[in-house]
Amino acid sequence: MSKVNDVMAWIDERIPLTATWDKHVGKYYAPKNFNFWYYFGSLALLVLVIQIVTGIFLTMNYKPDGELAFKSVEYIMRDVNWGWLIRYMHSTGASMFFVVVYLHMMRGIMYGSYKKPRELLWIFGMLIYLVLMAEAFMGYLLPWGQMSFWGAQVIISLFGAIPWVGDAITLWLRGDYVVADATLNRFFALHVIAMPLVLIGLVFVHIIALHEVGSNNPDGVDIKKNKGADGIPVDGIPFHPYYTVKDLVGVAVFLIVFFAIVFFAPEMGGYFLEHANYVPADPLKTPEHIAPVWYFTPFYAILRAMPDKLFGVIAMFSAIAVLFFLPWIDRGPVRSIRYRSFQYKVILIAFVVAFVVLGYYGMQPVTPAGTWISRLCSLTYFGFFVALFFISKNENTKPVPERVKY
Amino acid sequence: MNSLTKIISVAAILVAPAFAGAAGGGAALDHFTPERTDRTLQRGAKVFMNYCSGCHSADYHRYSHMARDIGLSDSAVVENLIFTTDDAGEKTKVGALMGNNMSAEYGKEAFGVVPPNLALVARSRGVDWLYTYMRSFYLDESRPFGANNTVFPQVGMPHVLSDLQGWRKPIYTTDSEGHEKLAGFQQVTAGTLSEDEYDATITDLVSFLDYLGDPNREARHSLGIKVMLFLLIFLVLAVFLKKEYWKDIPH
Repeated sequence: MSKVNDVMAWIDERIPLTATWDKHVGKYYAPKNFNFWYYFGSLALLVLVIQIVTGIFLTMNYKPDGELAFKSVEYIMRDVNWGWLIRYMHSTGASMFFVVVYLHMMRGIMYGSYKKPRELLWIFGMLIYLVLMAEAFMGYLLPWGQMSFWGAQVIISLFGAIPWVGDAITLWLRGDYVVADATLNRFFALHVIAMPLVLIGLVFVHIIALHEVGSNNPDGVDIKKNKGADGIPVDGIPFHPYYTVKDLVGVAVFLIVFFAIVFFAPEMGGYFLEHANYVPADPLKTPEHIAPVWYFTPFYAILRAMPDKLFGVIAMFSAIAVLFFLPWIDRGPVRSIRYRSFQYKVILIAFVVAFVVLGYYGMQPVTPAGTWISRLCSLTYFGFFVALFFISKNENTKPVPERVKY
Repeated sequence: MNSLTKIISVAAILVAPAFAGAAGGGAALDHFTPERTDRTLQRGAKVFMNYCSGCHSADYHRYSHMARDIGLSDSAVVENLIFTTDDAGEKTKVGALMGNNMSAEYGKEAFGVVPPNLALVARSRGVDWLYTYMRSFYLDESRPFGANNTVFPQVGMPHVLSDLQGWRKPIYTTDSEGHEKLAGFQQVTAGTLSEDEYDATITDLVSFLDYLGDPNREARHSLGIKVMLFLLIFLVLAVFLKKEYWKDIPH
């Protein structure tokens, strides 16, 4: 044992290994009342690892070339040993990343985890979400199927709505007059190098920011206000071993769901892998109905709900941008939904319902009824923030307890 | 105008197999459950290689891979199922991809469109569509090859299996709202197969196309069950481990 201690001492004199472990894991005190909603942070990290590892192996056989890309994916699916498993894990991972991140964000909103002193933590999280969307969008082009091609064509053309410089920007983004080999090559570079680097950097900062201010909890109680004689929060327990073993249960459940999809329903009925993407990209054949993958559809529905293209683009980007300002839009001091007013609960439920309904209509072909429902839901989506701004000013909240409950 | 309707209906069918009926002039799709037995796939491979692969390529998949999966020896495939030649003009090797000998340029000239690669057609259109489509050709003198299709109107493809099925004409009825509806087909000239035999042949063919689209499905399912069992045991252990650690935390 002393030999091990000697080695650790030798290392600690040179890099702060023990100190880092203690700060972030061994003596990081997390509230002891985490519930179901607190699994998704660690699960997001797990999916990130799955995506990076499977992505590395896919890159070994994928060819970022307009002539070869589609065929190289089929080569992976048929001729590469375990290629189908690696590719389905990657495609399922993309969708599951968003499932986990949406639930993680919902947790943050519900329990007010964006409020002081966690504003930067929230903003770094939002940046992760933004980069994740870019990563997913670029990755979806790589199989070079019909939906890859036309999805990218539609989304890039949105920038064309910008006055004066729109066309120049779309040309610059694509590197050609249509989505083409040049676009595929640059999206590949961004997907496998640039975006993952930024993503890992942001995740690192997100975790550093979390460990600086400490975790929030379902009661929204500040556990650091109530410390024992040893200086440790009385409601805090060390992350390791308590939350490492608890998260292990979450990991097991998540992997059961994840691999059930990978092995038994990798297409998820066309939601994770769209049927039209089994046809190679054809610039001369526009599909009648172009739908993005499910995780983008709420924003796509907002875009299509607007009568004017430029206004639609502005609305779509605003729908994401407004989330960055949540810490300042919500002016109430009470964090958790458990102690907030009835009005707050109503607008939050309306917000979630609107988001889900928008997600549904974003997948459907345009119909007059669908457009009007999308408009109503877009109004509800933005209305949530407006209502929150006013409700939270003098909200009729319940008293927040001194210590965490369960 | 014709080609425009064709492009639109192709696009609609490509995007949503569920809409294929609507795009195909109201022809509802028959439900089809693909079979995965070696015998079915071997018969399907025979139909595919004899009738389809002259024009349609499937060059994402290898003959040898197919041989292994459907219970045939390499030599049986070489002797009975490879009808193409490679670039050197020699008989295609069993380890090669299942291509064809018709150039894209010729295909476009002859049929108006390049006959699509069929390796993934079961995944893009779905097996219901394929099963119905292959049984919905009818005699139409106005078409270049004398054949039209109720599922895919103005289709460029000739009725390749007409010697098996014979020729038929569609029967339409008018419903109470005045819409024409496909009621069935009437046999005009007999083929070498009865209707049941023809349906069985198409069952073999579409099952084979389903195999081509997703050749690893069986391996995936059998491995999946093992992975699920492992993860369930892992979950039980993880729950006990968590309970053991957490018993000293009041909650």
